[in-house]
Amino acid sequence: MLDIQNLQVIFGTGRLQVQAVKNASFHVEAGESYGLVGESGSGKSTVLRAICGLAPISGGHVRVDGKEVTTPRGKAFYRTIQMVFQDPYASLHPRHTVDRTLSEPLAIHGVKDAETRILQALREVGLGPSFRFRYPHQLSGGQRQRIAIARALILRPKVLLLDEPTSALDASVQAEVLNLLEDLRHKMGLTYILVSHDLAVVAHLCQRLLVMRNGESIEETTSAALRSGQASNSYTQSLIEASQGFSRDAPQPASSLAT
Amino acid sequence: MAGAPSLSQPSGWRAWLLSPEPGSRWQARLGRFYLGWRSFTRNPLAVMGLGVVVLLILVAIFADFIAPYSPVIGGDLRTQRLLPPSETYWFGTDDQARDIFSRVIYGSRITLWVIVLVALIATPIGLLVGTVAGYLGGWVDTVLMRITDIFLAFPRLILALAFVAALGPGIENAVIAIAITSWPPYARIARAETLTIRNSDFIAAVKLQGASTPRIILGHVVPLCLSSLIVRVTLDMAGIILTAAGLGFLGLGAQPPMPEWGAMVATGRNYLIDQWWVAAMPGLAIFVVSLGFNLLGDGLRDVLDPKAAK
Amino acid sequence: MTKPLLEVEDLRVRFHLRTGTVEAVRGVSFQLGRERLGIVGESGSGKSQTGRAILGLTPPPGEVLAKRLTFDGIDLLTASKRTLRTLRGGRISMVMQDPKYSLNPVMTIGEQIIEAYQAHVKASRAEAHDRALAMLEAVKMRDPGRVFALYPHEVSGGMGQRAMIAMMLVTEPDLLIADEPTSALDVTVSMEILRILDEFVSERGMGLIFISHDLKLVSSFCNRVLVMYAGRVVEELEAKHLREAKHPYTQGLMRCLPTLADDVHPLPTLNRDPSWAL
Ligand SMILES: Nc1ncnc2c1ncn2[C@@H]1O[C@H](COP(=O)(O)OP(=O)(O)OP(=O)(O)O)[C@@H](O)[C@H]1O
Ligand SMILES: Nc1ncnc2c1ncn2[C@@H]1O[C@H](COP(=O)(O)OP(=O)(O)OP(=O)(O)O)[C@@H](O)[C@H]1O
Ligand SMILES: [Mg+2]
Ligand SMILES: [Mg+2]
Repeated sequence: MLDIQNLQVIFGTGRLQVQAVKNASFHVEAGESYGLVGESGSGKSTVLRAICGLAPISGGHVRVDGKEVTTPRGKAFYRTIQMVFQDPYASLHPRHTVDRTLSEPLAIHGVKDAETRILQALREVGLGPSFRFRYPHQLSGGQRQRIAIARALILRPKVLLLDEPTSALDASVQAEVLNLLEDLRHKMGLTYILVSHDLAVVAHLCQRLLVMRNGESIEETTSAALRSGQASNSYTQSLIEASQGFSRDAPQPASSLAT
Repeated sequence: MAGAPSLSQPSGWRAWLLSPEPGSRWQARLGRFYLGWRSFTRNPLAVMGLGVVVLLILVAIFADFIAPYSPVIGGDLRTQRLLPPSETYWFGTDDQARDIFSRVIYGSRITLWVIVLVALIATPIGLLVGTVAGYLGGWVDTVLMRITDIFLAFPRLILALAFVAALGPGIENAVIAIAITSWPPYARIARAETLTIRNSDFIAAVKLQGASTPRIILGHVVPLCLSSLIVRVTLDMAGIILTAAGLGFLGLGAQPPMPEWGAMVATGRNYLIDQWWVAAMPGLAIFVVSLGFNLLGDGLRDVLDPKAAK
Repeated sequence: MTKPLLEVEDLRVRFHLRTGTVEAVRGVSFQLGRERLGIVGESGSGKSQTGRAILGLTPPPGEVLAKRLTFDGIDLLTASKRTLRTLRGGRISMVMQDPKYSLNPVMTIGEQIIEAYQAHVKASRAEAHDRALAMLEAVKMRDPGRVFALYPHEVSGGMGQRAMIAMMLVTEPDLLIADEPTSALDVTVSMEILRILDEFVSERGMGLIFISHDLKLVSSFCNRVLVMYAGRVVEELEAKHLREAKHPYTQGLMRCLPTLADDVHPLPTLNRDPSWAL
């Protein structure tokens, strides 16, 4: 479904130039759910943004269904791939009702039966029609994230890019959203790429995952391996250890030992 | 309506307006408007300002019925010239024996017309220049903002004078001159607002739905800039009225015998000591309307743009 | 034990809204020494409002009432605006929940840290510049020099969060209220941030209020934990004993976390009992 090869992303010029993604490669099958984990600032979000055209591709290949993506992306691309952002408070337009938010993509793509599609989209994410004309400030964090998911799904994409969809939500709402995502994937046969810093969340939703550090992919592994605590790479190992919780006498992390 | 607020059940239509789950687009919009209206009305000065502005509009519409005399044709120059305020001539008469009250009433039309035209010309220009510059960035931003800076560098009245001098005196030219000189601050405000929202996730989200740049600017960026702009334009109205009056005063705006307030003050200047009402009455009208717009603007700011209120 | 750093007794935060009065915090009491106190609870339970009330940052329609609210002997309820301003950001700091929202979008990260520093410490610009860089390095930024010159939208979610922490720690406060400081950080970096906070607590004697919805993290990092529900503290316990919590709400919160140890599909969700809110 999605094939990324030697992806490179460069931001800025001169002294501020940075290779946010130096070399990332992975392949996602249709219907699969694929995880991206790694250090903060390692370029996970940038990979997702590069796929959907919000960040420049400076090198390498991004292929969707075997076809290289074009810049700028065409409308057909956006009907195939959609994205859900991390912060539900920032990703909805504060002056638009839920109705307006959901009808915008339909209007852009000239979809006819907007009325039924909006109601259906709301139902899919477990919200009733009573939510249709609310403004974002009338919604809780979890409800906002559901609306963001509904907006991403309303064009019936095949791939959903999820950038830390639950990190701004509390434990009980996180569970609801994770269950919803899993449900939707089974019902609609969606393909997910999930970025998260919570290994347990990634292991819960994904079968395979890629570990990134400093702009490079360093290891591809499986949830099963994560659960059993096996990792060939020392960084992955330290991630697994760190996810056990804080410990005051833990050894210093790999980065400072390496020097 | 007394009692603990948490206990008082809103009555039928208010419950409908304040419903947390509106049933239609209109209900949601009206509910929002109603909430704004409620916090607006809590500020008595703002309501007074609104009252003045509404009065101005009503007076302008119904000038024909309110004004007892003609604003341009005077009475008998020998007996009715420069009469003090009385029961027949409420505001007195001027040097052409015209009723000042009627002139002030008709003058409201000119003032309103100036305000509406300036608002209709300057606001969209400022909004468009600012949002386009802020959203696109790069060289578009640089070019547009340099142009804005050039306009901003001149004092408004001086620039308006230059325009009128070039275009010839007259109320239309005065309006154009004022409009041309008043958009730059709006462009700056709109640009500043745009800069803070252009990188937000909800803009990225519409981009991801394949929205075109004009669609993003008009449908998603402009609505967020609009409220601070409306506030600013309302607050500026006082200045616009004064500029129009100033041009009239200098003889570059409305031409005689049009009952423009500024021009009226100018003729009254000659009789300031002995026949004070000739200048004072139109001056008072200018003062009241400017104050009204200022109060209204302050009140609107509290409702529309809470972060600027501090 | 010496006098506590912060004493809060019967803290209430009310919002008088057009639709009625909302009591976001309803009678919270606790004392904080030079230690790590965790506050957990679901979204909307009043965690952030508790923190904001201590700093006097309750948003406009809100009203703060308390029997007692003192910081190091200073009564925060009656203190003058001036005193509060010098305390805030100087001796008491708060890392806001939404870093991208709280950072100024049109000012570089470095400038913002310098501004925060110079507002409370008399220092030359060069000094402030060095402090800011050092602080960015302390929060484990790769290439602090570059991050210094970036605008908030040019940094990753986790980097923004760390920038905010750097900004709040640069004045070396006595009390830090950290509202979800690590929610956007990967586990290894978040451990390092916690280690820095831990250093401030154990070496400089800073008091720390750590607001989070990550129960696992709180139970391993803090000394004590307050569990909040609907504006009240429903349970206060030693952090290590969080797993043996009595309150059904705390137990429910623990259960709905996915874990690496077992694979449950679907995850259990929380069934709220209206009596908890009483
Ligand atoms: N618009 C931009 N301009 C300049 N640099 C950028 C821009 N966007 C991202 N970067 C840089 O790219 C790098 C990777 O950022 P990215 O957001 O992909 O990290 P991430 O892996 O998602 O981290 P986190 O887990 O903290 O969200 C960072 O160093 C960041 O500063
Ligand atoms: N400005 C406001 N006006 C009215 N109510 C408010 C306002 N700010 C907060 N509240 C209410 O106060 C309650 C507590 O909010 P608070 O932000 O403290 O929650 P929280 O525990 O920090 O949640 P989260 O985990 O989502 O950050 C919420 O129910 C909210 O609706
Ligand atoms: Mg990210
Ligand atoms: Mg909070």
